[in-house]
Amino acid sequence: MWGLIHKLGSPKWFYYRSAALQPWCWGVATVLLLVGSVWGLVFAPADYQQGNSFRIIYVHVPAAFLAQSVFVAMAVSGLVFMVWKIKLADMAAAAMAPLGAAMTFVALFSGAVWGVPTWGTWWIWDARLTSMLILLFLYLGVIALRGAFSRRDSGARAASVLAMVGVINIPIIKYSVDWWYTLHQPASFTLTSRPAMPMEMWLPLLIMVVGFYGFFIALTLTRTRSEILRREANTRWVKALLEEVN
Amino acid sequence: MPPSETTQRVAVLAEPTSRRLGVAFGATLLRDLNRVRRRRGEVLNPLVFYALAVSLFPIGISPEAELLAVMAPGLLWVTALLATLLSLDGLFRSDFDDGSLEQMMLSPQPLAALSIAKVAAHWLVTGLPLALMAPLLGIMLALPFHSMGVLMASLALGSASLSLIGGIGAALTVGLPRGGVLLSLLVLPLYIPVLIFGTGAVQAAIQGDAVLPHLAMLGALLAAALIFAPWAIAASLRISING
Repeated sequence: MWGLIHKLGSPKWFYYRSAALQPWCWGVATVLLLVGSVWGLVFAPADYQQGNSFRIIYVHVPAAFLAQSVFVAMAVSGLVFMVWKIKLADMAAAAMAPLGAAMTFVALFSGAVWGVPTWGTWWIWDARLTSMLILLFLYLGVIALRGAFSRRDSGARAASVLAMVGVINIPIIKYSVDWWYTLHQPASFTLTSRPAMPMEMWLPLLIMVVGFYGFFIALTLTRTRSEILRREANTRWVKALLEEVN
Repeated sequence: MPPSETTQRVAVLAEPTSRRLGVAFGATLLRDLNRVRRRRGEVLNPLVFYALAVSLFPIGISPEAELLAVMAPGLLWVTALLATLLSLDGLFRSDFDDGSLEQMMLSPQPLAALSIAKVAAHWLVTGLPLALMAPLLGIMLALPFHSMGVLMASLALGSASLSLIGGIGAALTVGLPRGGVLLSLLVLPLYIPVLIFGTGAVQAAIQGDAVLPHLAMLGALLAAALIFAPWAIAASLRISING
């Protein structure tokens, strides 16, 4: 068990092992995203109330799922890095952060675009929108903090601490914003009370969600691999690898 | 024969750990308060900022009393939050610059305990005065008189959480040459729950609703911050000192 963890923690071992995995991840993600997009955008029936504008859901919901999961994944990686000093965990956390921030932005932006035909406005201070906006700021804070340190190791540890503090705070922020919203104004429109989706709308959504997760895994794998090469540039095995390529 | 320094030190080491911790905690707290007493400007600046920033809103938005009364809880809370934020950079800065933090780290007492003492001193000289000063500004914003007590209580309780959470950000950025703006980016999102329940308490008081649930939530946030923040502050200080 410990042997496997130590192997997994070795950047070199991970680099060679993931080489075989990487094309599969990209392949599965691409197929799922293509099938899901075509099915959702072309073949799924239009909503009887929202017409075709409901199709934004096929980008909006998977992005919102990822926005939250990536933060948790980042915090778990930070914990692994802080407790067991596994550098690979930090490389993965560094690779994930911009993607998480981008997904949060995509969720917010697609939500705003969706809001125009359905709510008649780009932005309302709805509880969900507000907590997503705060999540975006948390992401930006983690990324900025990592970049602010001149020593990479200090930046990595600081970002790990902040990610863990953030992950404890996300539920607190979520519930307090819910409370604040119900105090201020009655919900005129909630996403939760929508009528249940028919199967032919729901299946492409499921495929898109799985596809987004596949895309996240594939991209994190690729970005972690290049981060390994960058950080281990002075080691013998990376130099040997580069000579092979040249 | 008077006891030599060595025997005194041995006597200190022989005391029970809890008592030694108490002594170290008290000494750190008193040291910070003493330092503030010698440089009074540092205490006054956040208070002056508070008064100044609050008086910008009637000028910028509207001097009408009805409108101001509606906005007063939020204005007073948001501005208090910003005033706390401005004072955070100094929380560990001078101790970091002159090496006192390294001494604290080397001391046998846990850094987490000593950092609570520093945060407590910060609250005593920033959060508490802000809470005491708030009714004065409340009158200028036409805040109903019967809600002043709740305003003070919510600020006093909430600013303790602000000091604790802000301490994490201050500890993370103390080693950076220009950490000020970054500090606000890190800390402000984490302040939002405190802001929500703080303004909620004052608004409830104005409308004659139950105030206690909001104050209880502020207390719960403070309890959670007291449990988690010291460890995060200590870990962050170690990163900043070693980096």
